[in-house]
Amino acid sequence: MAKTMYEKIWDAHLVHEQAGQAALLYVDRHLMHEVTSPQAFEGLDLANRQVRNRHSILATLDHCVPTRDRDQPIADPIGKLQVETMIANCAKHGLNLYDMENPNNGVIHIVVPEHGFVHPGMVVVCGDSHTATHGAFGALAFGIGTSEVEHVMATQTLPQKKSKTMLVKVDGELSEFSTAKDIALAIIGKIGTAGGTGYVIEFAGEAVVNLSMEGRMTLCNMAIEAGARAGLIAPDTKTYDFLRGKEFSPEGQDWDSAMAYWQSIPSDEGAEFDITIELAARDIAPQVTWGTSPEQVVSVTAAVPAPDSFQDKIKSQACKSALEYMGLEANTKITDINIDYAFIGSCTNGRIEDFRSAAKVARGTTVAAGVTAIAVPGSYHVKKQAEEEGLDRVFIEAGWEWRDPGCSMCLAMNGDELKEGQRCASTSNRNFEGRQGKGGRTHLVSPAMAAAAAAAGRFVDIR
Amino acid sequence: MQAYEKHSSIAALLNRNNVDTDQIVPKQFLKKVQRNGFGAHLFHDWRFNADGSDDLTFELNNPAFKGARILVTGDNFGCGSSREHAPWAIADYGFNTIISTSYADIFFNNCFKNSILPIIVDSHTLLALMEEIAENEGVAFEVDLDNQSVSTPGKNDFRFEVEPYRKHNLLEGLDDIALSLVHADKITTFEQEQKIAQPWLWRDA
Ligand code: SF4
Repeated sequence: MAKTMYEKIWDAHLVHEQAGQAALLYVDRHLMHEVTSPQAFEGLDLANRQVRNRHSILATLDHCVPTRDRDQPIADPIGKLQVETMIANCAKHGLNLYDMENPNNGVIHIVVPEHGFVHPGMVVVCGDSHTATHGAFGALAFGIGTSEVEHVMATQTLPQKKSKTMLVKVDGELSEFSTAKDIALAIIGKIGTAGGTGYVIEFAGEAVVNLSMEGRMTLCNMAIEAGARAGLIAPDTKTYDFLRGKEFSPEGQDWDSAMAYWQSIPSDEGAEFDITIELAARDIAPQVTWGTSPEQVVSVTAAVPAPDSFQDKIKSQACKSALEYMGLEANTKITDINIDYAFIGSCTNGRIEDFRSAAKVARGTTVAAGVTAIAVPGSYHVKKQAEEEGLDRVFIEAGWEWRDPGCSMCLAMNGDELKEGQRCASTSNRNFEGRQGKGGRTHLVSPAMAAAAAAAGRFVDIR
Repeated sequence: MQAYEKHSSIAALLNRNNVDTDQIVPKQFLKKVQRNGFGAHLFHDWRFNADGSDDLTFELNNPAFKGARILVTGDNFGCGSSREHAPWAIADYGFNTIISTSYADIFFNNCFKNSILPIIVDSHTLLALMEEIAENEGVAFEVDLDNQSVSTPGKNDFRFEVEPYRKHNLLEGLDDIALSLVHADKITTFEQEQKIAQPWLWRDA
């Protein structure tokens, strides 16, 4: 019978199955950062258990780390304690940690692919919702809670219920000014933030296949914002080329046998999905969110909707309270919204391609008066690559700050944050209330859109 | 996880309804990196005066309840946020049994993950137990999970319901991890096969 990619990966990882119970799934890769792991390590120690497979683990420090003055101690005592605890736990259990001084350091979902740690057909987990990123390689990757982090360390498995499957097809060609970020926001705008609940989404279609690996990661990264358990894209030549020669990639004969498995992973012709959704790429203009949920999104050419434009009572109410929080009037044109801040970075848009496309727009411009603009590479490798290409100069000359890597203003845990009422054009993934600082107002956009907004002091249509 | 054994312990009385997880562990204590040690903060805002000394008017500071392992309390215990810190604090303080008419759903589930038995009784029984403690502070009840029964010197004995798989896991001291490790052989076999098929996954960096 024709099987989907999800079903194939599931079947290949079944350790135990019993009617009426959750199945036990084997976990190949376990990614870690400092925030969601301390109590898991403690639980492991209290129960006198060991890490079962340390080869499966790669850890980094990203959420609490400062993005400047890295040689100074971390000012926030809690962030400092979490970082120190992570270093001690990894040392104790012999785990591979990219700590703050390590040239490989960066945001977990950026550094893991840089070293080829995730391959097609794997099961990958992390105590972090944006683990979905790694679906770009055709791996089943999803976020877990702290007690599950402990569970995976101790057993290398997780009890799981099977998800339903959704195929999202984006046909045709994307315009040169629209990006993977815009595809992601357009999909969420269409199906809603709960649209993917209970599903694993497979992204397909010409526009998806045409994306670079970086773009595919951006798209899968945001599958979680559509409520999905995971996002998947079939591996192809681009995937294999990306992985070739990376630190954790197989070599020689191993490469050939790996390829045999990887090439068997894509969904079979005629495999059935529970739901199929189709979008036309040419309809996807640059997107801007106006509210406090990623589904509250429109094209840059549109205006902020009015609460009574929604049929659904709950959506109408949500619109009303979002406008209040965001300090916006209904029917304001998106291009009339002024910003105070621009942020380029995060595991959604902190890769080299993102800085290239932003730099293209930022070159020769000046950040508008009253606007603060920060560029935060997703990793030291991204930073170095960008500097070799002279991109740092482009940003600095335009008045941007060029920082060290970390999650930074994506969730404002490290001191980089908006002040009450400040408005930000942000390339991150969540525009929830207070996400970028108490009372901060977030508009999610692509890197090029953020760069253009920084220069104009308001959103502009980059086309 | 610790196995739940038959025991006879002092029953402490906290005669309040709707005790929420914020009262069980106030949020200023959530930023720790450990899960043990929360017992020191259990009911913090009720238990201590502003200067840090014990508030002797708080029920659990009654010397007669020292060493109590059973907590008898009012309706809807453990409501509010879903934080697992609440059962961590209760267990760390020394309780392994709670008796009430009802519990918040997530709290109830979390109890079983932390070797705590939350017993549900009808309001009539609860009242009788509360009266017995009030009249005889420091009284010990006997809890027999295997038999699903509680007996008291005042003859307020009763039987209680508990889902069979939960009872089994508590009695055996099986947590979720232990339950998965029941299949340790299968996990090992899976790993051995993977080591042969994909040896590069098992190499040092
Ligand atoms: S960049 Fe943002 S979304 Fe990504 S891991 Fe860090 S905090 Fe989470």
